[in-house]
Amino acid sequence: MDIYLIEAIINGLLLGGVLALLALGLNLIFGVIDVVWIAYADLVMCGMYAVYWLHVYYGLPIGLACAAAIIFVAILGVLVHILIIAPVLNAAPINQLLATGGLLFFLQSFATLLFGTEFRNLGIRLPIIEIGTIFISYARLLAFGIALVGAMLLYAFLRRTYLGTAIRAISQDREIMGLMGVDQRRIYIITSAIGGGLGGLSACLLALQYDTHPFIGNTFGPLIFMICVLGGLGNMIGGFIAAFIISQIIAIGSYYQSTEWAYVIAFMLFIVMMFIRPRGILGR
Amino acid sequence: MKASYTLALIGVVALLAAPGFVPIYLVHLLIQILLLGFIYTAWSMMGRFGLISLGHGAFMGVGAYVPALLWNYYGVTPWLGIPCGVALSALLAIIIGYPCFRLKVVGHYFALVTLALGQVVQLSATAARDITGGSLGMTQNASSYAWYALQFTDKTPFYFIALVVWIGGLLAWRWLDRGIGREALDAISEDEEAAASIGINVMREKMRVTIISAALTALGGALLAQYLLYLNPETVSGIGVSLQIVFAAIAGGMYSLLGPTAGSLLTLALTEGLRVWFGTRFIGAANTIYGLLLILFIIYMPKGIVGTGIDWWRRMRTRTKLPLEVNEATSSV
Repeated sequence: MDIYLIEAIINGLLLGGVLALLALGLNLIFGVIDVVWIAYADLVMCGMYAVYWLHVYYGLPIGLACAAAIIFVAILGVLVHILIIAPVLNAAPINQLLATGGLLFFLQSFATLLFGTEFRNLGIRLPIIEIGTIFISYARLLAFGIALVGAMLLYAFLRRTYLGTAIRAISQDREIMGLMGVDQRRIYIITSAIGGGLGGLSACLLALQYDTHPFIGNTFGPLIFMICVLGGLGNMIGGFIAAFIISQIIAIGSYYQSTEWAYVIAFMLFIVMMFIRPRGILGR
Repeated sequence: MKASYTLALIGVVALLAAPGFVPIYLVHLLIQILLLGFIYTAWSMMGRFGLISLGHGAFMGVGAYVPALLWNYYGVTPWLGIPCGVALSALLAIIIGYPCFRLKVVGHYFALVTLALGQVVQLSATAARDITGGSLGMTQNASSYAWYALQFTDKTPFYFIALVVWIGGLLAWRWLDRGIGREALDAISEDEEAAASIGINVMREKMRVTIISAALTALGGALLAQYLLYLNPETVSGIGVSLQIVFAAIAGGMYSLLGPTAGSLLTLALTEGLRVWFGTRFIGAANTIYGLLLILFIIYMPKGIVGTGIDWWRRMRTRTKLPLEVNEATSSV
């Protein structure tokens, strides 16, 4: 096999890790609160700016900057829920989606207003690993590893802890859980914080690989909705598999054709899958 | 009813006379308000029945690119090119709409499928950079035959084209409102199963409104590109444009006839106003305020400016009438 194709496949695999983490955060909110945060990728953008400013401008060590960014986006997530989602929780579902769409406009424009449209790079050069004749970026490998660990921690949290069980239960039947004495509002806020935190973690991993600019959310935002739905709502394992399918399509497609055509194929696949498997690839 | 006809007549006369006495800059803005208002009206034809499409940029993009490409490469006049684009857009609406409605893809899922459709068109236009110029965009070849090429040095002809198209859009809305179709669609958006059970052809009603909406959006996109003489995948069919359509329509009021146009007026006034006010120092200012307004609109005024205004006016009228009715009721007892 062609060495460059192998490289493309490996890079696709590594990209899949971060996409999976992003889809996981969105999926959690989607599954538990039953709301689509159209602006999720833009919250990630805020996190990337947080990492950038804390590290480059205020000279904080990168680890500390990342930790602060995760907390920052988690707080943003809670604010989004309290200020935007909670008031329309009982309105038509599409209104919630649209309200966060307004947030998308707001965040992108506000970031443009504050930071301008320049592309900002952290300026951290991580080494490139050479295996035989294949080159793998260390940043991507690191991102992949952390994303995997993050996903596993979330899985353990949802499976092993009392709070996690409550979150899973409420995603299955929100009315009964209220009668069982679970405080729905509290669970929603905690879920929003976790969803935001996962976005913050993804932001740190993305900031290592890509330049930050106000519209970066548009490049991978639609992609994570596709992954989320493709995997099946509330189905974490399905989302994980879908992330790797999509990232492989993009990686291999980019290798044979241009990146845009690869995206076109991915989106067309999504549309077709919505028709033939509306409950996701693992759905019954 | 009489009063509203008189008002409409005054409005049309004022709009007809406008290019005679307003400055050229305002004519330029009015053309955009009318064309965008037309597109937002077309979107609302679906949106008001719960068919929220986040991918109308797809139809706008097809409508804009087909005539431009036909003109640049084969010298086909936009008079033929635009109908081609509109037809292709309607076909796209059928290809996506049919399986969506057959398989009952609704709500979030419908929104996401259309979002993906918008992305497919935008990315295809970007990827085919050999013919479309990719993300750098493209310009229609200049021609000296103004009406043949639909390219004018003077803004007035285009103003009248935009006005005619916009009024056509409003008439199409009224036409959809008449007859049983509107009630049927209302029933479908309330409860699809129940609507089907009383003999409403859910499929046909949804398809009809979707095809009309897509075709009109394509026409609007084509004229906008023809007016600006520049196309770019991002500005013609990107996710930003698709969302802009949705939000302007909602802010203005997607349930009322003039709501979407009010949305286009509001959006452009806000962008232009802030641009003139602040200059280019604060690039994102207009959209920041816009985004904030949208969130507030969706939370507190989901019917938009015009819808809320109409409600408020009706309430005022009934409140002043109420004591009279009560008196009549008590006197008759």
